[in-house]
Amino acid sequence: MADVVLLDLWVSPFGQRCRIALAAKGVAYEYREQDLSNKSELLLRSNPVHRMIPVLLHGGRPVCESLLIVQYIDEAWPVAPRLLPGDPYARAQARFWADFVDKKIFDCGTRLWKCNGAALEQATRDMIEALGALEAELGGKDYFGGEDLGFLDVALAPFTAWFRTYEQCGGFAVAEHCPGLAAWADRCRGRDDVASALTDPDKVYEFALTLKEKFGDK
Amino acid sequence: MEEAAAKMPEQPAVKLIGWLSPYVHRAEVALRLKGVPYELLQDDMANKSDLLLAHNPVHKKVPVLLHGDRSIPESLVIVEYVDEAFHGPPLLPADPLARAAARFWARFVDDKLWKALWVALWTEPGEAQVALATSARESLTLLEAQLPEGKRFFGGDAIGFLDIAASGVALWLPVFEEMAGVTLLADETHPALCRWAREYAADEIVRQCTPDMTMMLAFLTPKRGMFMSTAKAMAA
Repeated sequence: MADVVLLDLWVSPFGQRCRIALAAKGVAYEYREQDLSNKSELLLRSNPVHRMIPVLLHGGRPVCESLLIVQYIDEAWPVAPRLLPGDPYARAQARFWADFVDKKIFDCGTRLWKCNGAALEQATRDMIEALGALEAELGGKDYFGGEDLGFLDVALAPFTAWFRTYEQCGGFAVAEHCPGLAAWADRCRGRDDVASALTDPDKVYEFALTLKEKFGDK
Repeated sequence: MEEAAAKMPEQPAVKLIGWLSPYVHRAEVALRLKGVPYELLQDDMANKSDLLLAHNPVHKKVPVLLHGDRSIPESLVIVEYVDEAFHGPPLLPADPLARAAARFWARFVDDKLWKALWVALWTEPGEAQVALATSARESLTLLEAQLPEGKRFFGGDAIGFLDIAASGVALWLPVFEEMAGVTLLADETHPALCRWAREYAADEIVRQCTPDMTMMLAFLTPKRGMFMSTAKAMAA
């Protein structure tokens, strides 16, 4: 087994956070695509509590949960770019907002493909509000991390591949409500370390439609 | 943290918004372990003050730490901030893998363990409740397995990040168990975790910021109905 292994799923934004962090740090790793309908022994052994991807294996030792993996990568390879800044307050803010992405963006995003009618309308309103809060947090900066990619950029970037899906489902345009965030998304996608990790937005939309077919509200 | 993080001088006032909550306790114990003087601004969820709403507009919850002109919400974010911003014994270990593990199990406490405990506590007696109680005990077992062999705390010889994250299990679970008439954590099933809970509760610093449990019981008892409805919604 290679020294660094990532157990992941092609379309997972959580897995993509790890891929972006590893690429940004220039860390060579082995990517192992997982079949979640038939979970591998390695996955079950490495994450017995949640049995979920992503899992990072470093020297055979597992790290689970995408934001914890990204922090681990930052700490185990303390080279530029430093994803979490040195200042404790800036670190606290980055952690708070990354947690916000998990709690709000992912939840609203799921409801957008899953729900219909009034529930869908609510999901749309909630998503626009959540994106607005992130837009405000970005302020006029190039990245949430300032001049270069930071922890919150890594946490949110994979979800930009889902913007088209959110827009199609909710009938709104991200650029109209959050022009700063839309520009940030373009800026991220222009970077190799991010672009190489993200799924094509059309493929994401196709994937979301299959999820809707299988699990959506009728 | 090996590198010198920017530590603010202790002069700017430190205030903590919150009261009578296991999440507030986490923030208090972290501050006390670091020897940081602070003022507790009592604010309970029923009467959200303008101060709270101004400083945590996103989630509108306690605790919120105010340090000079900085405001930090979310208890575990606060604990990491306190660890990094102030001198004193480290709450998180230095090794990246150990740090990831402490954070992982802290999230487990919040995301999995408390949900399992909650539904087991407040579901109506019957077959379903018995199954939920078994599940809750399994989660307690997973947490118990993280106690280092022969050590008093998850953090080793001293209270650390995971002890603080799990403090609700030591201090609040007994109160909820009494209210609900349900026993989930017992010496017979979890001897090591019970030993830990006693060690944690008896610690001198912890005692300074542990609310009086009789008062807690009086404060929480009227909420029993609400707890049962949230448990119903969670189990659904």
